[in-house]
Amino acid sequence: MSTLARKKGVGAVIWDYLTTVDHKKIAILYLIAGGFFFLLGGLEAMIIRIQLAVPNNDFISAGFYNEVLTMHGTTMIFLAAMPLVFAMMNAVVPIQIGARDVAFPFLNALGFWLFFFGGVFLNLSWFLGGAPDAGWTSYASLSLASPTHGIDFYVLGLQISGFGTLIGGINFLVTIINMRAPGMTYMRMPMFTWATFVTSALILFAFPPLTVGLIFMMMDRLFGGNFFDPALGGNTIIWEHLFWIFGHPEVYILVLPAFGIFSEIFATFSRKRLFGYSSMVFATVLIGFLGFMVWAHHMFTVGMGPIANAIFAVATMAIAVPTGIKIFNWLFTMWGGSIRFTTPMIYAVAFIPSFVIGGVTGVMNATAAADYQYHDSYFVVAHFHYVIVGGVVFALLAGAHYWWPKMFGKMLDEKLGKVTFWLFFIGFHLTFFIQHFLGLMGMPRRVFTFLPGQGFETGNMISTVGAFFMAAGTVVLLANVVITTVKGKRVGNDPWEDGRTLEWAVSSPAPEYNFAQTPLVRGLDAYWIEKMEGKKGLTPAEPLGDIHMPNPSILPFVISLGLFVAAFGFLFHQDYAWGTPVGVVGLLITLGAMFFRSIIDDHGFHIHKEEVMEAEKKGAGA
Amino acid sequence: MANHTHVQNPKVDVQYRRKKNAEEMKHQIVSFTLMIFLTLIAFFAVGYEGFSAWFSVPFILLLAVVQVIFQLYYFMHMSHKGHELPALFLYGGALVAFVTIWAFLTIVWI
Repeated sequence: MSTLARKKGVGAVIWDYLTTVDHKKIAILYLIAGGFFFLLGGLEAMIIRIQLAVPNNDFISAGFYNEVLTMHGTTMIFLAAMPLVFAMMNAVVPIQIGARDVAFPFLNALGFWLFFFGGVFLNLSWFLGGAPDAGWTSYASLSLASPTHGIDFYVLGLQISGFGTLIGGINFLVTIINMRAPGMTYMRMPMFTWATFVTSALILFAFPPLTVGLIFMMMDRLFGGNFFDPALGGNTIIWEHLFWIFGHPEVYILVLPAFGIFSEIFATFSRKRLFGYSSMVFATVLIGFLGFMVWAHHMFTVGMGPIANAIFAVATMAIAVPTGIKIFNWLFTMWGGSIRFTTPMIYAVAFIPSFVIGGVTGVMNATAAADYQYHDSYFVVAHFHYVIVGGVVFALLAGAHYWWPKMFGKMLDEKLGKVTFWLFFIGFHLTFFIQHFLGLMGMPRRVFTFLPGQGFETGNMISTVGAFFMAAGTVVLLANVVITTVKGKRVGNDPWEDGRTLEWAVSSPAPEYNFAQTPLVRGLDAYWIEKMEGKKGLTPAEPLGDIHMPNPSILPFVISLGLFVAAFGFLFHQDYAWGTPVGVVGLLITLGAMFFRSIIDDHGFHIHKEEVMEAEKKGAGA
Repeated sequence: MANHTHVQNPKVDVQYRRKKNAEEMKHQIVSFTLMIFLTLIAFFAVGYEGFSAWFSVPFILLLAVVQVIFQLYYFMHMSHKGHELPALFLYGGALVAFVTIWAFLTIVWI
């Protein structure tokens, strides 16, 4: 039954990925889908920057600009950053804790397919009457008035992909709590695993408010509800609260894994253990906790009154303290280390000043009185791009270079990697630094054009030039991926040679079962400890034996497909007679697949001891 | 996999488990009686004319919280070993929800 080292045709490979429940293959699916949406969001960003390059531009119309702007934000947050974070988690976390898979492999696949179909559904709006156009926050007063079906695509698409994220988050919580190898205590977990743990807890608590908000919005838009319509006794501000109770933790859901990735990279390429590990853990948990107490700082100008504004301002500023702890810990990790400036490491080094700029403007925005000036200006746009691009995107690019050999068995080219970095880094600061000043000079965000003679011309032109640098960097990265895939040489277990955590102890890519024998973890940076004692591999915690594996299944795909069909039906149920029946059929597909999942007794299969020994011999020779 | 089995002396084990179960049964009956008693008090508090809503509503909410704790600890075995993390997440979630609602009730105007 083992699928190890068997040559397969294209159709068999596709079927393999459609039915896979292996966390390493799901990581690749997340990477491909997230990467695709990242390119799509980037394309939308380029359209925005071309439109804003010169005053009074008519490259696109005002209405289309609103759609592009909304889809840029929505795609980048929900369909690019989130799945790419999940790609890293899936590729690394189970191996880092010495597990053979996640706790619920079936749910892992289901989470991916829900995200994927939600994302595809959202983007089909481009071809079916117009994309959402009320901004990624989709404030109810705007979105209820939107005449096209765009907002309905937003609501239903995000609802479906949100289920996927919630399932993924719960899966990682259970995995990290229950499936750590013997000896892997909480305070021996690698920093990326800790970040994943806290992030998953944030997902667990932050996504339900979004789900509630989206259901209210769905009722209002499609089924005659009036939660947000003041004329019918609703309240439009409720959406803003629900959205930001989710939306602020969402920022930390993205940035905590980024912190985790950089913590791994700093320690590896400084050849030192992470400075202040326990304070790093403490800071991560504290950021996660405080993240829930600050949502209203997005709404200072709504009119909550001075007391609410003051309390939320102070709570927001408090988050700078644990973040500061982290920044200093990274600096002290590098201090006295023997540093290697590999591609992941230069991203990490560049991340510190970039992210600190974003943090400083964050504290400025948190000052409620001053925020009345910054609100809805390009200053805010500059701030959150410094945090998200300077923090999250840098981390994802760094993580992709760092773990690429572990995911695909080949190193990305270092020279091209550095070219990508410099293009992206220069382009990023060129694009967004000037936007602080555009904002302070009074340029409002979310406008499709500006008038000449107001002093915005030079700044916007510089910004657009920077965007082209970032696009060039992305093209070089893609070329690098293609060249590596075609010509790259196979690498061994520990291609960076300074790997500290368990994922570097297994072959690249890891075998289906990850570890032939579950390892015994004897301290923080388990693999480093073994290497320092002159050992080649890990200390096993069990004798070699048959390994139990889950069976692949097409059901996650079918369950998600059913919801995708149902969403189409209900979206058009007021326009066409076929709407409601199609919706019901979709739900029946989903429920039927769930029913089959319940009644089919699936015990999985075993990879026998002899097969494992043979595979290990081959892996050692590669 | 199979290393969880610690049945060296099945007789001792059975005896020990019997004692444990009997004890637990006692706890469950006591808390069940208390819960019925608390429910009766709640009905009384609502029905009695002398209490205004300002007293009886917070009062029965308090009784409800006590009942939830009984339910979790004595009937759903949260008092047993190995439930520390579910407890942590339960209280974590309750705290986050409480702070959010508290903020709405006290400082945020909708």
